Amino acid sequence: MSAHKLVRMANQIAIFFRTQPEEAAAAAVADHIKSFWSPVMRREIYAHLGAGGEGLEPLARAGLEVLKACDAGAYDGVTK
Amino acid sequence: MSLSREKDYGTPLRTSQILVTLSIDGVQTRVPAGTSVMAAAAKMGTQIPKLCATDTLEAFGSCRLCLVEIEGRRGTPASCTTPVEDGMIVRTQTKRIADLRRGVMELYISDHPLDCLTCSANGDCELQDMAGAVGLRDVRYGQDGERHRTVAVDDSNPYFTFDSSKCIVCSRCVRACEDVQGTFALTIDGRGMGSLVTTGGPDFLNSECVSCGACVQACPTATLNEKSVIEMGAPTRSIDTTCAYCGVGCGFRAEMQGDKVVRMVPSKAGKANEGHSCVKGRFAWGYATHKDRITKPMIRANITDPWREVTWDEAFTHAASEFRRIQGAYGIDSIGAITSSRCTNEETFLVQKLVRAGFGNNNVDTCARVCHSPTGYGLKTTFGTSAGTQDFKSVAMSDVILVIGANPTDAHPVFASRMKKRLRQGAKLIVIDPRRIDLVRTAHIEADHYLALKPGTNVAIINALAHVVVTEGLVSEAFVRERCDLSDFESWARFVARHENAPEAVEKVSGVAAHEIRAAARLFATGGNAAIYYGLGVTEHSQGSTMVMGMANLAMATGNLGRDGVGVNPLRGQNNVQGACDMGSFPHEFSGYRHVSDDATREMFEGLWSVTLSPEPGLRIPNMLDEAVEGRFKGLYIQGEDIAQSDPDTQHVTRGLRNMECVIVQDLFLNETAKYAHVFFPGSSFLEKDGTFTNAERRISRVRKAMAPQAGLADWETTLAFAKALGCVFAYDHPSQIMDEIAALTPTFTGVSYAKLDELGSIQWPCNENAPYGTPIMHVERFVRGKGKFMITEFVPTDERTTQRFPLILTTGRILSQYNVGVQTQRTANNIWHDEDVLEIHAFDAENRGIRDGDLVAIQSRSGEVALHARISERMQPGVVYTTFHHAKSGANVITTDYSDWATNCPEYKVTAVQVQRTNRWSDWQEEDRASGDLLRIIERKADAAE
Ligand code: SF4
Ligand code: SF4
Ligand code: SF4
Ligand code: FES
Repeated sequence: MSAHKLVRMANQIAIFFRTQPEEAAAAAVADHIKSFWSPVMRREIYAHLGAGGEGLEPLARAGLEVLKACDAGAYDGVTK
Repeated sequence: MSLSREKDYGTPLRTSQILVTLSIDGVQTRVPAGTSVMAAAAKMGTQIPKLCATDTLEAFGSCRLCLVEIEGRRGTPASCTTPVEDGMIVRTQTKRIADLRRGVMELYISDHPLDCLTCSANGDCELQDMAGAVGLRDVRYGQDGERHRTVAVDDSNPYFTFDSSKCIVCSRCVRACEDVQGTFALTIDGRGMGSLVTTGGPDFLNSECVSCGACVQACPTATLNEKSVIEMGAPTRSIDTTCAYCGVGCGFRAEMQGDKVVRMVPSKAGKANEGHSCVKGRFAWGYATHKDRITKPMIRANITDPWREVTWDEAFTHAASEFRRIQGAYGIDSIGAITSSRCTNEETFLVQKLVRAGFGNNNVDTCARVCHSPTGYGLKTTFGTSAGTQDFKSVAMSDVILVIGANPTDAHPVFASRMKKRLRQGAKLIVIDPRRIDLVRTAHIEADHYLALKPGTNVAIINALAHVVVTEGLVSEAFVRERCDLSDFESWARFVARHENAPEAVEKVSGVAAHEIRAAARLFATGGNAAIYYGLGVTEHSQGSTMVMGMANLAMATGNLGRDGVGVNPLRGQNNVQGACDMGSFPHEFSGYRHVSDDATREMFEGLWSVTLSPEPGLRIPNMLDEAVEGRFKGLYIQGEDIAQSDPDTQHVTRGLRNMECVIVQDLFLNETAKYAHVFFPGSSFLEKDGTFTNAERRISRVRKAMAPQAGLADWETTLAFAKALGCVFAYDHPSQIMDEIAALTPTFTGVSYAKLDELGSIQWPCNENAPYGTPIMHVERFVRGKGKFMITEFVPTDERTTQRFPLILTTGRILSQYNVGVQTQRTANNIWHDEDVLEIHAFDAENRGIRDGDLVAIQSRSGEVALHARISERMQPGVVYTTFHHAKSGANVITTDYSDWATNCPEYKVTAVQVQRTNRWSDWQEEDRASGDLLRIIERKADAAE
């Protein structure tokens, strides 16, 4: 998928969770993406993130960082 | 199977807890208070002669045939209008009564043409039956029925005729149209012997009539009669089944002669419809035997080759080897499937099983992606379950009905009739919709508040309604305290109380006057039982899921959940879209909405299926197409969906399809998607198979086979054989065994079986040890998730904005006579009502562009361009245009964009920025589609190629 589309989708998710009261909005973003995005889509957005993550909202970026660590097996805060 | 008829008790049965004891013809009986003497007798098995009464209508008391004697009462009261009383002693058969009844019948018959032997209702005529029942032997006043003979038969309606020479003016048709359908199309003109039923127009077709058929069903004579009965004669056997069109899920009796349908009669026992239907379910079944049906499997190497008919075996072997080749070359994840919301639960379950267990990935999705996926997400988050909260019956207890982004009279007509009945009884109505739908003002109904918002501002409006509830002290505190998570509530209350959510602030973005929002909110919060009904106008937005949560918040804050008359109710589009979702058609969920990463659930499936399953979500439909465009997704098995027409941004969809190496389409017809397919598995209609559908109220109903599958295999058998060719061992001899497996694997279905469905008629899930007879109303004592969860629903305007280049907003919808992409209804006489999609536009916008009614206009968006004829319409507000998407040639989705709901990727069909201008030609896409369409559909027929 085009990075542009994935960035847009990740930003939309972040925009929703930025207003939720949960302290861990980044974890909520990560959890949502983990629940709904296929591994290929996740890998692609990580690649984009690795390349600077142009266009990503700060919260989307934070969520993806959390998830990336989780997917690499280094983080188990997001289990769903 | 013989012909069964439902019993007619003459007047509606009552359900009072108070029982009344009376004696009828010397036999004691106890019936609920309010029951008529006629119905009490019928319950005992005594049929009192009647003509103007039938149990779908309240008694009217005009024919005087149902007279009885009651001890202590003078005269001979009509049993249909006399309620039972304790100690009553009734006699239904005495010499005096018999003489009176014969006298009445004599009058009727003297005015009726006696061509019984050649009459189309011969054998199915209550007048005939009653003449027999009262022992009529002689008619003293002549019997030539002169009176009405001069009136010509009205055969303008494509499905039934009106022959007024046979009318006995019992007014059952008029009352059915008023009370059951709620259209008020018929009246009785004139008085006494000169009275006549009229339509208020030149004929039925050119009147208010919506062709629901309620009058035809109510008519005791041949006056209103199905053309199919006139043509074919009386049916000889019948089978109970469920309508395969919309999410109302009406129960029907298919009345047959051999393997031919003579007519479809809605069942009174059908709990979704209680004996009513709409024009689609009752009349538009001809597609099932249409000559366009493809009945032989076909394959081709390239989509530009002609189709080649092959045997089923060859088709399965070819398809399986292609899929395995693709996986070998491009990886496990390079193929997937789309389950059908038109197919049965069992068929859907089988396709997702094939994907997970056979393809080895979770790349399965369903058309709910493009309609109600936000409902699933939003209601699961707030309440804990992905479905509506009520049964349809609940609407009869509502005091305030809020309809948002739904057009029930067109899209869910039978439920709309139930809703209209309640509205005529005095319930209040709030409509929130950018387009002035019929319900805003229709016969004897007028919305108390009509909030004509700008498309894309739903969330702003729902927040403003909540703002009024919170800031004016209208919160149902007891409910919130007892049932909801308090800290979430408090955060939410602080959020909605913010200034930007006040009606005065929202007025600017939504275009709805602040005082209207305030008044609507007050009515909703204080008017008694308040229920929300919504449709795709809620979900198909970039904030679709947010809006669903917003409505859930409002219902919780006002305490409108967990009992009759209230709730949050999605009106589901296709017949089995609820079921398709329940059955695990989403790439991230097993049946019963359990995430694929949940180890315990996955292990249960792995245990029963003896395979290892992927714990990762698969691709959703738009993701599959994106991956296909990128060249990584190469094979797709599509059961009964037409994504090339129904999904947004058609040119992107077809680019994806063209990039695939093996597209398998299983359908009744060569639909738009089949133009891009390499394998065609001929499908079976709902008349050709056994299974179940689940409607919008979570009601599981049986679909029963009325005729053999035209292509030799029912859809579930096709998937089974395809699975076998792929090396999967799925062993089922009958769909009931698939349901047993669903029950074994799905906690909300553990109590469901075909035996129980036969016994109860239908079951609303959850059905398990806690609710052995199902669950009509959800969240009664507690929410499925425990405490109700308030979610913050900030309004975020869609990125799809009007610009100088695209200054208008296009929104889309449906019409009564057509269904979805139209492949079925367009192969019936329903086209008489809607033979093309048109663009509705406000006079102001039209005038600015020099557009006159009927002009061909070009509609351009950033995705594409199509041309449609314009209709200047007062339903529209300036700045907003509207069209339906029923006809492939219109290409409505050529102009919709790839923007989608943030949570579920449900496309934003309801908001597309466009420009509209006069044109004198069809768009390039339309021209090309026409030219290439024919080419991509050529079939090289080989005699007897298929088994
Ligand atoms: S078909 Fe339905 S709408 Fe038409 S006249 Fe009969 S009852 Fe009324
Ligand atoms: S058309 Fe049929 S239902 Fe209507 S008044 Fe005449 S006989 Fe009765
Ligand atoms: S309302 Fe829906 S389910 Fe009922 S008959 Fe019409 S199309 Fe069929
Ligand atoms: S059936 Fe009772 S008056 Fe007609």
